[in-house]
Amino acid sequence: MPILVTPETRFITQGITGRAGLFHSQKCREYAADECGRSEPVLVGGVTPGKGGSDVDGFPVFDSVRQAMDETGANTSMVFVPPPFCADAILEAADAGIELIVAITEGIPVTDMVLVKRVLDDNPRCRLIGPNCPGVITPGVAKIGIMPGYIHTPGTVGLISKSGTLTYEAAWQLGNVGLGQSTAIGIGGDPIIGTTFIDLLELFENDPGTDAILMIGEIGGDAEIRAAEYIKDHVTKPTAAFIAGKTAPPGKRMGHAGAIISGGSGTAAEKIEALQAVGVEVAESPADMGSAVQRAVERRG
Amino acid sequence: MKIHEYQAKQLFAAADVPVPQGVVARSPDEAAKAYEELGTPVAVVKSQIHAGGRGKGRFKEHPDQPGVVLVKSAEQARENAERMLGSTLVTVQTGEEGKQVNTLFVEQGLDIARELYLGVVIDREVGLPVVIASSEGGMAIEEIAHEHPEKIIREHFDPAIGLRPYQARKIAYALGLDATGVRSAENFLPKVCRFFVDGDCSMTEINPLVVTGEGELLALDAKVTFDDNALFRHKDYKDLRDLNEEEPTEVQAQQAGLSYVKLDGNIGCLVNGAGLAMSTMDLIKLHGGEPANFLDVGGGANVDQVTEAFRIILADENVQAILVNIFGGIMKCDTIVEALLAAYDSIGITVPLVVRLEGTNVEKAREMLAESGKKIVSATDLTDAAKKVVGTLGA
Repeated sequence: MPILVTPETRFITQGITGRAGLFHSQKCREYAADECGRSEPVLVGGVTPGKGGSDVDGFPVFDSVRQAMDETGANTSMVFVPPPFCADAILEAADAGIELIVAITEGIPVTDMVLVKRVLDDNPRCRLIGPNCPGVITPGVAKIGIMPGYIHTPGTVGLISKSGTLTYEAAWQLGNVGLGQSTAIGIGGDPIIGTTFIDLLELFENDPGTDAILMIGEIGGDAEIRAAEYIKDHVTKPTAAFIAGKTAPPGKRMGHAGAIISGGSGTAAEKIEALQAVGVEVAESPADMGSAVQRAVERRG
Repeated sequence: MKIHEYQAKQLFAAADVPVPQGVVARSPDEAAKAYEELGTPVAVVKSQIHAGGRGKGRFKEHPDQPGVVLVKSAEQARENAERMLGSTLVTVQTGEEGKQVNTLFVEQGLDIARELYLGVVIDREVGLPVVIASSEGGMAIEEIAHEHPEKIIREHFDPAIGLRPYQARKIAYALGLDATGVRSAENFLPKVCRFFVDGDCSMTEINPLVVTGEGELLALDAKVTFDDNALFRHKDYKDLRDLNEEEPTEVQAQQAGLSYVKLDGNIGCLVNGAGLAMSTMDLIKLHGGEPANFLDVGGGANVDQVTEAFRIILADENVQAILVNIFGGIMKCDTIVEALLAAYDSIGITVPLVVRLEGTNVEKAREMLAESGKKIVSATDLTDAAKKVVGTLGA
């Protein structure tokens, strides 16, 4: 059993009539049909307020998330709505009863995310992935996001990452050493995100389809350090990690809004130390991520 | 986005946060006039640069001149301004190269009873803004956290509700303020928090926050950073931006939709994705090289952006080799190579270029590179790429 994206997942795209929204919706549809052999549609439509009743490349468009759910039975939403309106789109999905919201959008103001998190904290049935993330893929079942499908092979490694292309690199390296993924999740590079390393470590630990875990972090914040504390007490499966940004200078934002060393904390060194201290196999370099998982598995025998 | 102290204080004043009287001066004459205007026997002339540590900072051209100075006459204001304006201030935060001072802020002298620390930031873990306060004003918060962790007060607040007066009192009592100070805090702290939220700040820092002889709170310094993602809601902020304070190449990159940070090494990097870009820097270092920059061309880079990226990398005189690392997902490798070859011709790249490609259409892309007849070194994986680019420097 994979996590988050399962054979029961039916999703819609909020912002499906935008350029990126439509393009990636088409790619998700192709992946489900061509790579996973799904006969029924997994991506069942989209939402753009004011364009309800129309059709875009075969996807029915609805005015509201509630309407889309009623008509299609969707339980999940992929969000491509532009930053000024994205928080509102996430809140609409949560209010309508969507169980999993995957927010791809980059550039949402942090105060907007504070409000979103306040509301979602009171709504335990709803989980948000992202924002500013590549999405979620369960290889062989479906992908909800912008990652290239073909680099991911079905398997038993749970992959959690703050970064997009670095996740692709990791999936590719895992493939090269014969390891597929149960589910791969990009949690996003923003300061405030819906689902954290810890949330997913818990899901993977409890998932019978996952035998090992690879987590990819980066400088900024202390999410990786808290993940290490969680691993110490709760994770029994072999776990490997990589932390990007060993050479990043303090005070400079490295692309992601959250990737910044401030006040001397959030460095790669302290995160690596915390993870190693709890027995996580930390990849020496980004070229070593696939092998690190192998070493973590071998160490457990 | 960072702004100057004087700009932050103007915004504070507009938000009813108490600040000292101050006047902006951009010439020695204006500085002298500012002193007269303020009418206090003592005034403070403060260099306006984005970096902190100004008081202890000294000017390259005038090694005895501090970045913040007390003056007791218009003539003294003028003399100091003459040495400060146009000169280069070096502080612990500017690096050796320092920053040119083009603006001064002349402020009234104050009767100061106590110096406190106040900051508002977003607590990522809790997902809420948090007020950080300490009785140890004037010190950097990192220093306080290190030396007196017990003297740091934290109070979270809901941005929709704001900081409540009881929370302000809680902070005030913890700071040991007297009755007048507590009443002042009930007014002062919620207003700073409201400013933080309404202004979409990522940081508002007042260090020191002073208690005057009368027991009132006053923002003696002001450091404000705005959330770049929220600038679309604050069209007026663009007037506050001081491009002199920013690395010109970083501004240029931003305009081209690229994310670029200049570093001190000699190996230029062009990568897609922030995480992979950081990792590429790390890998270069691991193999004995020094990265010259962080550069993320983003997910959908076109020929113009890739060309601009090469221009920006090559504008750095230290760059002696370039490593291109692309994991083509949605962005196809052949598209990148097409852009790369076009850029190669239009710019005339003379330094060694090592290219590592993986992902969608990689075979076709590698063929295009091989057939181009250009002096481009192909690498098969990350390690190979890093070794090869470091190797070009040894030769």
